[in-house]
Amino acid sequence: MAISLTVNRKKRVVDADADKPLLWVLREDLNLPGTKFGCGAGLCGACTVLLDGNAVRSCQTPIADAAGKQITTIEDVASLPVGKKVVDAWVDLDVPQCGYCQAGQIMSATALLTQTPRPTAEDIEGGMSGNICRCATYLRIQKAIRKAAGVAA
Amino acid sequence: MSIVKDREAAGAALSRRSLNRRSFLAASLAGGAVLTFDARIALAQATGAAGEPVLLTAFIRINADNSVTIGAKNPEIGQGVKTMLPMLIAEELDVAWNQVRIEQTDADDKRYGLQVAGGSTATPNNWLPMRQAGAAARAMLVAAAAKQWGVAPASLSTEAGKVIDKAGGRSMPYAALAREAAGMPVPDLATVPLKPADAFHIIGQPMQGVDTPKIVKGTPLFGIDTHLPGMLHAALVKCPAFGGTIARIDDAAVRGIPGVVAVVPVNSGLVPPGQQDAVAIVADSWWKASKAREKLVVAWDDAAQKQFSTAGYAKQAADALGAAPQADLFKAGDADKALAGATKTVTADYSYPFLAHATLEPQNCTALWTADGKLELWAPTQNPGAGRKEVAAMLGIAPEAMTIHMTRIGGGFGRRLMSDYMVLAAQVAKGVPGRPVKLLWDRTDDLRHDYYRPAGWHRFTAGLDAKGALIAFKDHFITFGADGKPIRAAEMSSTEFPAPVVPDAHLGATYLKTNLPTGWLRAPTSNAMAFVYQGFLDEVAEAAGIDLPELMRRTLGEPRELPTERKGLVFHTGRARSVIDAVCKAANWTGRTGPAKGAGDAVKGRGFGFYFSHRGYFAEVVDVTVSGGTSVKVDKIWMAGDIGSQVINPLNAEHQSQGAAIDGIAQALVWQPVVQEAGAVTADNFGDFPLLRIDAVPRDVAITWVKSDFPPTGLGEPALPPVIPAIANAIRAATGKRLRSLPLQLT
Repeated sequence: MAISLTVNRKKRVVDADADKPLLWVLREDLNLPGTKFGCGAGLCGACTVLLDGNAVRSCQTPIADAAGKQITTIEDVASLPVGKKVVDAWVDLDVPQCGYCQAGQIMSATALLTQTPRPTAEDIEGGMSGNICRCATYLRIQKAIRKAAGVAA
Repeated sequence: MSIVKDREAAGAALSRRSLNRRSFLAASLAGGAVLTFDARIALAQATGAAGEPVLLTAFIRINADNSVTIGAKNPEIGQGVKTMLPMLIAEELDVAWNQVRIEQTDADDKRYGLQVAGGSTATPNNWLPMRQAGAAARAMLVAAAAKQWGVAPASLSTEAGKVIDKAGGRSMPYAALAREAAGMPVPDLATVPLKPADAFHIIGQPMQGVDTPKIVKGTPLFGIDTHLPGMLHAALVKCPAFGGTIARIDDAAVRGIPGVVAVVPVNSGLVPPGQQDAVAIVADSWWKASKAREKLVVAWDDAAQKQFSTAGYAKQAADALGAAPQADLFKAGDADKALAGATKTVTADYSYPFLAHATLEPQNCTALWTADGKLELWAPTQNPGAGRKEVAAMLGIAPEAMTIHMTRIGGGFGRRLMSDYMVLAAQVAKGVPGRPVKLLWDRTDDLRHDYYRPAGWHRFTAGLDAKGALIAFKDHFITFGADGKPIRAAEMSSTEFPAPVVPDAHLGATYLKTNLPTGWLRAPTSNAMAFVYQGFLDEVAEAAGIDLPELMRRTLGEPRELPTERKGLVFHTGRARSVIDAVCKAANWTGRTGPAKGAGDAVKGRGFGFYFSHRGYFAEVVDVTVSGGTSVKVDKIWMAGDIGSQVINPLNAEHQSQGAAIDGIAQALVWQPVVQEAGAVTADNFGDFPLLRIDAVPRDVAITWVKSDFPPTGLGEPALPPVIPAIANAIRAATGKRLRSLPLQLT
């Protein structure tokens, strides 16, 4: 079926089964491979995108549920003022190791800081606990979020 | 004897040993790869029109704008090697870091030397060769300038990609000299001058990861991101029990699904030997291929595999611990007699489970089988050379009929030292010739078809004399093996400390059978041995009325080199003492302490661990809080590490060490055993194989570098092992309970 959605500020129409997850539509149909497949079960957060500003697991979001919605992925997150701060902090602190989870981390951090502009360490732990980093770059993730928020480390 | 050798003397000794070209090549050959980093080979290709980039050695291209492209030869798994190896070349080439562009090379070990991400070996193996590559190119550029200006090369200097003639008041950028330089005689790599350490301006500086700006933009870099015109996608149905074979396939329902292109039976049966059967469904979308698996009917012949289970291993191990070992690994004196005469004996059983690697990027590989029987692979592999050999053997093609592109890798941890995904992708590609196909595991495939860190069991006995000195030591190690030998990653070193320094010692082993493929998990064997040995030695120290750092100091004795099982590798007791002393100082360690009161019902404790692995010496202190009697949180980690004379990229060194320590917390407290029933692994996803999340991370992981005058060594692994026993020992201090099995669980 044809489904219209807005991805990274552009109107897109995709022809896909209604139950095809947004993750695979992004990766296979829209050539946006920055959003990553980690578990397919909403447990690791690698596939996190913003759906109308909220962080969602795109592997658990059937494309039909995204119809008519605004989607932001890692490829365009820096177009959001908060996203830009997060991305800059990620670069400044050299957060990635393997880098595979970092798209999801950045999307979750952007959602967190949009809702909680001055988070405590506990807020960060709460907001980021859905995103696994197998390399354990968590100390720099904590620091980068504080840096992006302009709160003391 | 001082452990800190005179810097100059150490450097000279190193030069004699390592710069001898003949021995250098011989060593490379012994390692299984022909290292022909030889400027002459690459220079033969240094042609092209004026204004085109000029290749100077296999690793260096001088561009017309005086930027320099440096080839990064090793697989990047997040350990930072794609940044670090080019730093070594750039330093000696004498360019500014902002002139440097970095490209991943293809897999071609004849040209680039050994290309592998494993064993924390990139630094020790490449510290000299990569610098020599840069220095040779620099010497040729200087020679070209000297010729042009008619002066002696020795009168010239270099800086930031320019050759400078101070006396003549002139300079030329490398770009203007590159073509001329390509025709200059190639200096002998054994004698080409290298910079003294105090002249380094890149080595030792914090350098950002070369791919970081791309990663934060979502730029396709990883194997899973490979995208080729006309590409197909494949999903796998694998036999649940390892070693099972296909009895019957009914794929009629699958073939009827629109978009499904082929159903291809495959097997990755070379490593380990035997059939490891699977069926690949090939479609125009992975989502489609994956869903189509529900309609595939496969009957497996796996009766012979059903005998293998976690419960079965536990029972066999318990029985074996009570019997004599099958094999002796190490024997000195008469341990039983010494134990009989000891003033005090300590005995304890330790164990740890099978573990999966759980790289976040599931296993994948893209392959194209061309009409003329050639194969092209895009592989997230830590070990492309091994992959090339296995694929060639399984498909019956020549190794050189294969092009292997190395992608960035979404986590290695040793999983991708194995090549099963390459072999399978190649077989699938052969089933759809002329079209590229990307094979991708899902998470369940990935957890159920790994090369697992093997489980193990140890029965320790130690004897102390009247003064509390360790005089006798025994370990009966139950592990997995075949034909009286351990299988991959299931071994224990015959020189495991403290056995070689105890007068009467015995290390024995008994081997159980398993159908599970086993493999190397970050800090292989060390991640388990550190836990059991340093955990048990903490018990011995307690029996001796001292703390573990003090027991270690006394047992290590005077600074000296002890031989290890691995030829050419020594364990330096003085370097061990240095890091033990450094971490105790940093953490203000005040000896064995009992529990300290925390908030509410919480109790706090402190533990210590030391381990030498992958040539690195690490001692670590951990503070834990135990709440509600069962919940353990690591509050802080202090570590002291000696990885030689240089920390090449301090920004990444800090990150690797912190990540390794936190990875150790995961193994100690978070990861659950990989369970096997009727031959098959039961793990389904991150629900039953949980990974560590941000809320389990300590707020601080502090590092002290202990610099010594030894050549620099690697950092991907050695910081991990000590944290596991340090946590166990801290829980003992906090609660009085001694936990001897991983994961550490208070009940």
